[in-house]
Amino acid sequence: MGGTMPSNPSVGSDSAGAATQPLLVVDDIYKQFETAEGPVVAVDHVSFDVAPGEFLSVIGPSGCGKSTLFNIMGGLLDGYDGHIKVAGETLRGPHASVGMIFQEESTFPWRTVVDNVAFPLEIAGMAKAERLDRARHFVELVGLDGFERRYPSELSGGMRQRVSMARTLASEPKILLMDEPFAALDEQTRLLLGDKVLQIQQDLKQTTLLITHNLTEAVQLSDRILVMTYRPGRMKRMVEIKLPRPRSSEIVGSDAFGHYVAQIWNDLREEASKGLKDDEARRGGTRR
Amino acid sequence: MAAQSHGGNRFIWQQAVPVLFGIACLFAVVVLLEILIRFGFINRFIVPTPLDIVGSFGRIIVDEHVGSRFLLTFGEALGATALLTVFGISFGVLLHRVRLIRLATETWIAAVASAPLVLMYPLFLVIFGRSALTIIMMGFVSALPPVILKTLEGLSSTRPVLINVGRSFKLTPSQLYWKILFPAALPTIFVGVRLGMIFALINIVGVEFLINFGGLGQLVNELSERYDLPGTYAAICFVILVSVVFFIVTERIEKWLRPGA
Repeated sequence: MGGTMPSNPSVGSDSAGAATQPLLVVDDIYKQFETAEGPVVAVDHVSFDVAPGEFLSVIGPSGCGKSTLFNIMGGLLDGYDGHIKVAGETLRGPHASVGMIFQEESTFPWRTVVDNVAFPLEIAGMAKAERLDRARHFVELVGLDGFERRYPSELSGGMRQRVSMARTLASEPKILLMDEPFAALDEQTRLLLGDKVLQIQQDLKQTTLLITHNLTEAVQLSDRILVMTYRPGRMKRMVEIKLPRPRSSEIVGSDAFGHYVAQIWNDLREEASKGLKDDEARRGGTRR
Repeated sequence: MAAQSHGGNRFIWQQAVPVLFGIACLFAVVVLLEILIRFGFINRFIVPTPLDIVGSFGRIIVDEHVGSRFLLTFGEALGATALLTVFGISFGVLLHRVRLIRLATETWIAAVASAPLVLMYPLFLVIFGRSALTIIMMGFVSALPPVILKTLEGLSSTRPVLINVGRSFKLTPSQLYWKILFPAALPTIFVGVRLGMIFALINIVGVEFLINFGGLGQLVNELSERYDLPGTYAAICFVILVSVVFFIVTERIEKWLRPGA
């Protein structure tokens, strides 16, 4: 696993998946954007890898390049240095083994729940009866049985996000990438959906990478957490979460959980402060 | 079960109330107009009473062959709408796909949208002759810009996340168009088609009136020449009926093509 890890001295050791081949290798990724104010480095030589069945979260303040990294790993963004390997294969554009769940609401409003979930199977050319049958299985997996014939406009935000999740899972990706999928939801729904994600991840042994800025969510779900610095986005620290599994949202009340949250917040606070100051400076500049 | 039935009744009631309210408003306006004319607030030699208009329906249906004239105007409007749907949407797609053409023509198309193209009817008469084809082509050309512009707007305003979903599932450009961009743009495209339909119908009836050829426009012309004002207004009611039928049909087609709105 750690072929790329020693490049960053602040990265902690990781035991998870040490004996197995990594499923995802992110190797020395560097991405710079040209803006009106000059070039901005969004991701600065980030390297890590993810073992099969592992749940890894990437956490950092707003503007640290998390979403850029997500888009690069999903094959939606090019023009970067470094390379990404999925199951040993170098990533060039979107990959069938990588499933993506986006931050914004992404269900198709003109399709029913079951037709939304069957979408990737339809694209793959599966026969209608078979794909609807399989889609129903994934609808049930995310706990939306009974809502198969409803349209997204008839569902709540949390239910729609579960439809997106079921749709991505239906394509049976080897790696599931999630970019702050619960960001628009209230805290209670977020915790309950976290339980659902944990249950699905455990049932399917799904390798998952979650981009988030929510500490509780990251600790509740992850095997490891990668903490990123504020702009330019670099790896600050990799934290291994040794909380017992199976987990549920009840774990948020435990001392060990609180310890991890405090530890990561300690790393994150300085970066978040930088982001805040930078934001204030920019807004002040605009006022002048 | 009782609760379900109660919910169903409430849904029907919620659907029915706006329709009933609309009919009631129309009825109130008609009654008000009748009163204003009868009491001399509006000159009845310029505006006939609604009762006179209703009374002339039977006469113009039988003597003036409104049925066949209605079908002719309806057919011309249908032909123009079919043409502008096919060509308008195709041009809109072309403008969306080819940036150079979009940048070169978008402003011109917007300018044409507000131009009184109906004044070009003599040119169309020379090209197509004094026939229904002239009327259809006038309707088509004058209604094309809103369909093109609304198609372009609908495709351009598709939420990027939906396109990213398609890309993440490795859709081909053609699949991306047919499975995501087009369904996402349909509500805006239909707004364009409806706008185009209004433009087309105005021009069709206008040209029928001007060249004294064809359906309801010609009838309005003839009746107004005879100073048969109740008949003229009754014929105008049939023009409105063409528009209403088109609106209902396009709404149904939109719901069929784009459910879940």
